Amino acid sequence: MPGLKDVKEKIKGVKKTAQITKAMNMVASAKLRGAQEKMERFRPYAGKFAETMRDLSGGMENGDLPLMEVREVKKVEILVVTSDRGLCGSFNANIIKTAERLRKQYEAEGKAVSFVTVGKKGTQALKKSGKLRVHFNDIMGSFQMFNAREISQNITEAFLNGESDQVDIVYGRFHSVAVQKPEREDLLPIKPVTDGEGTASGKAEMSGSYTYEPDPGEIMEVLLPLFLNVQIYHAMLEVGASEHAARMTAMDNATNACKDMITQLTRLYNKARQAAVTSELMDIVGGAEALKG
Amino acid sequence: MAQIHLEVVTPNGAVVSEDVDIVTAPGVGGEFGVLANHAPFLSTIRTGTLSFKKDRMTKYLMVTGGFTEVSNNKITFLVEGAEFGQDIDVDRALRAKERAEKRLVQMQQATEKINRVRAEAALQRALARIHTAELTRH
Repeated sequence: MPGLKDVKEKIKGVKKTAQITKAMNMVASAKLRGAQEKMERFRPYAGKFAETMRDLSGGMENGDLPLMEVREVKKVEILVVTSDRGLCGSFNANIIKTAERLRKQYEAEGKAVSFVTVGKKGTQALKKSGKLRVHFNDIMGSFQMFNAREISQNITEAFLNGESDQVDIVYGRFHSVAVQKPEREDLLPIKPVTDGEGTASGKAEMSGSYTYEPDPGEIMEVLLPLFLNVQIYHAMLEVGASEHAARMTAMDNATNACKDMITQLTRLYNKARQAAVTSELMDIVGGAEALKG
Repeated sequence: MAQIHLEVVTPNGAVVSEDVDIVTAPGVGGEFGVLANHAPFLSTIRTGTLSFKKDRMTKYLMVTGGFTEVSNNKITFLVEGAEFGQDIDVDRALRAKERAEKRLVQMQQATEKINRVRAEAALQRALARIHTAELTRH
């Protein structure tokens, strides 16, 4: 049986850990609120942008513009967005796993794969693969649109230089506080946006009544890079919110585990204390008996 | 006077949402003004100064690239950034301008195209900020 003092120390230690995990849980929940607000503020912009893209790209053919050019795919670039910090359960591991699976799939098809990572966790994990082209660390904490622009400029340049023929993005989508899932989306070449139900005719008619300055093609040329920024920024927002939600859950679990441990340890402590008291009593009783005799 | 509803939306939320008399914007093909009941219109916007007038008061906003759409007596600007003239830190903009100019001079012989584009964009933003702040002060 462990000594009384050891158990007491252990309980103290676990209690301290519980305090830290509880604090981290609260910090994460406050940050989650901030991240969700940021997403909310972005929604009108993203919604309007998608609407306009839909109106304009109705009359567009694949390959009309450099960023829409569909080539035979020999080189695929995967943009992986993770968080900078850990302690958020399997959130980052799941994203990395999805990215690796995608890489194997592309390589089995005989395509070369390169990675671009956003977030330290993804960078660390994918560096080992030797396929990492660029990484963007330490921006997930407080990023703005210009961060997304920098990333999109980088991958656009590679795409236009022919270093990649297709670019995918893998990130953690925020479904709810309890559910975050890795998701894969196409980035480049940009496909004409449709809302699924054969939009072309109706939308084209509607957009026909607009005056464009300059013409729709040139507007698209300006809009496409911005659209890429929007998509990357959106992924970063999703990862930001997911990270905090995942950390909340992870820290809540940790706090509960600590509580269970404290209960067990307290039981052990009481048992040990009782044993000590009993044996001491036996000693006293034994001594008294001896004196009496 | 008939008014038009102006909205300026950035990734960080709406900056302006109100009825105004006239809007003047930096279009790619030059400045243009929009009054109430303008015909449907779509144009790209370059980095520059957006102004709008309401109750004889003119307000100035510095906007970075995006586009604008006019329909149903409503004009919406989707821009990556927008700042009111009075919120602009002029000293910072001046410093940014010097920095960008220096970089452009250094790059005269270099062939790095992307960095050049970036420095030029930074210079544009700095100039637009300075211009907007000046207009606001007068």
